[in-house]
Amino acid sequence: MEIIMSVVAGILFAAGIYNILQKQLLRIVIGTVILSNGAHLFIITMGKLKRGAPPVLEYGITEYADPLPQALVLTSIVISFGLTSLLLVLSYRAAQENETDNMEKLRGNHDE
Amino acid sequence: MMSNLAVLPIIIPLIAGILLAFIHKKTILARNTAKLLSILNTGVAAYIFYYVYQNGTVTLETGGWEAPYGIVLVADLLAITLVLTTNIIGLACVFYAQHSLAEKKESFYFYSFFFLLITGVSGAFLTGDLFNLFVFFEVLLMASYALITLGGEKVQLRESIKYVLVNLFSSIVFVTTIAFLYSVLGTVNMAQMAERVQEVEQRGILTTIGILLFFVFGTKAALFPLYYWLPKPYTVPNPVISALFAALLTKVGVYSIIRMFTLVFVHQTSLTHDLFIWIAGFTLVFGVIGALSTDNIKLIIAYNIMPAVGFMIMGIGIYNQTAISGSVYYLVHDMIIKAALFLLVGAISYLAGTSDLRKMRGLINQYPLLGWLLFISAFVLAGVPPFSGFIGKLLILQGSFAEGEIIIAIIGLLSSLLILYSLMKIFVRGFWGEKDETIIVNKKAANAFTWPIAFLIFFSVLLGVGAELFYPVVEDISNDLLNPEIYIDSVFKE
Repeated sequence: MEIIMSVVAGILFAAGIYNILQKQLLRIVIGTVILSNGAHLFIITMGKLKRGAPPVLEYGITEYADPLPQALVLTSIVISFGLTSLLLVLSYRAAQENETDNMEKLRGNHDE
Repeated sequence: MMSNLAVLPIIIPLIAGILLAFIHKKTILARNTAKLLSILNTGVAAYIFYYVYQNGTVTLETGGWEAPYGIVLVADLLAITLVLTTNIIGLACVFYAQHSLAEKKESFYFYSFFFLLITGVSGAFLTGDLFNLFVFFEVLLMASYALITLGGEKVQLRESIKYVLVNLFSSIVFVTTIAFLYSVLGTVNMAQMAERVQEVEQRGILTTIGILLFFVFGTKAALFPLYYWLPKPYTVPNPVISALFAALLTKVGVYSIIRMFTLVFVHQTSLTHDLFIWIAGFTLVFGVIGALSTDNIKLIIAYNIMPAVGFMIMGIGIYNQTAISGSVYYLVHDMIIKAALFLLVGAISYLAGTSDLRKMRGLINQYPLLGWLLFISAFVLAGVPPFSGFIGKLLILQGSFAEGEIIIAIIGLLSSLLILYSLMKIFVRGFWGEKDETIIVNKKAANAFTWPIAFLIFFSVLLGVGAELFYPVVEDISNDLLNPEIYIDSVFKE
């Protein structure tokens, strides 16, 4: 199971990096979202996917899934939500002010 | 009860940031509250520094959970020294801000973001847990994203996209690296990680993870192949914001490298630390080339961040007591002087109305004090003997000669020469020459700008002239760094 998940995370990373290297601003934002999804999947995978009950205390259950990676991933998800929304607003404003969403044209020049 | 001290440098600016968000429209009230809270915070940090210096490391187990299970905050001498330095710089920036920022920007939550930045930086210095370090990185980066775009000009928006993207990417790599570490070691607590790495004597996978972590922190600290994002975004925001960034953000990366590679990954030094020396050499060379390549005074100072980071990494790479003392000394010195230089250059470009060297001349006639402050700070940065840059560099070079690393020492010396040249270029071409009659002299603004800068340069000079006073502290720090058991024992309390 871990191997399949690792491969899936790897595909997500590849897709994310491919999108980040594009010219269009929105595709770059999508790339960052895919990348962070890959990272989150990876945390869960690296915390070992052995079978067990959800980490909620109940009577009579001895096997639980590891709660720590789940807490880490939850924190990380919230942070990346914040970042993504900031990045979306930022790219909206930047595209509006600079009148382009092409990263090639967002280089700037020396006369400013 | 005294262990609660360790949380104060995080909690005071956090509360200050929240408080100031409510009164952001009442500019004068917010301004004075911010000044007051900043003084309070610096005072508290100074007291904790004194306490730690007298009694040894203060460790706080948050929530009362024992060490590897909860988050620990570890105020050892290195961390608290850097927190104190951070607060001194913050103090100067708060007093500078009102003169440099337009009132509209100032009232748009500037002080809230400022205090959140301080929270993140102090937290990153004090935490003893790798995931918590990630969270504090995000706290400070989020505040920095808001600050770099504050005002929303065309250039700012354009450059900040690059800044945000690079930092976002390195944060994602950071999370992935934590996942790797957790699967190998089963812990995210730094002290326990150090213990477990020692038990397995740092197998190959752990060195790989170490290099990945180095990639993450190297991106934040702007090391050689990863520095391309830094210079331009640092010139676009307001000078006071650039000063905060230059003094604090890259140094958090350097601190994390120091912490990880003196505490956890210390068993394969022939591989990792040799890599550091190479990277330090390239960082020095490319940094000074950048600094010499431009006539934009803000860009010159921004490029000067890199050789400084190169020196610190060089000290870590050499990895003996003298060199690490030198790195720590240079770290503290460079935080203060970089803030001072950015504030100075901000003041100069405000008063001269341009940041292009080709359009300035003869400023010494109108602003003698600023000119001489720039002159002194150029000497401080380049490492001319009575000043603080000298002692750090001397220790690093001594260390490198002791280890037989001659080439890197020569690169270091030559780059110091070019650093001096790049700054003297500002002084000679901007301040010397005929009086420029077109400049309208603004004595009031000049005075207001001068005080915070002089305050920082005073500390910088004190750090150099009073080296005898500070050296024992630095020696204690490097002693702690070279003996990770001290850190581990203070966390686990045998």
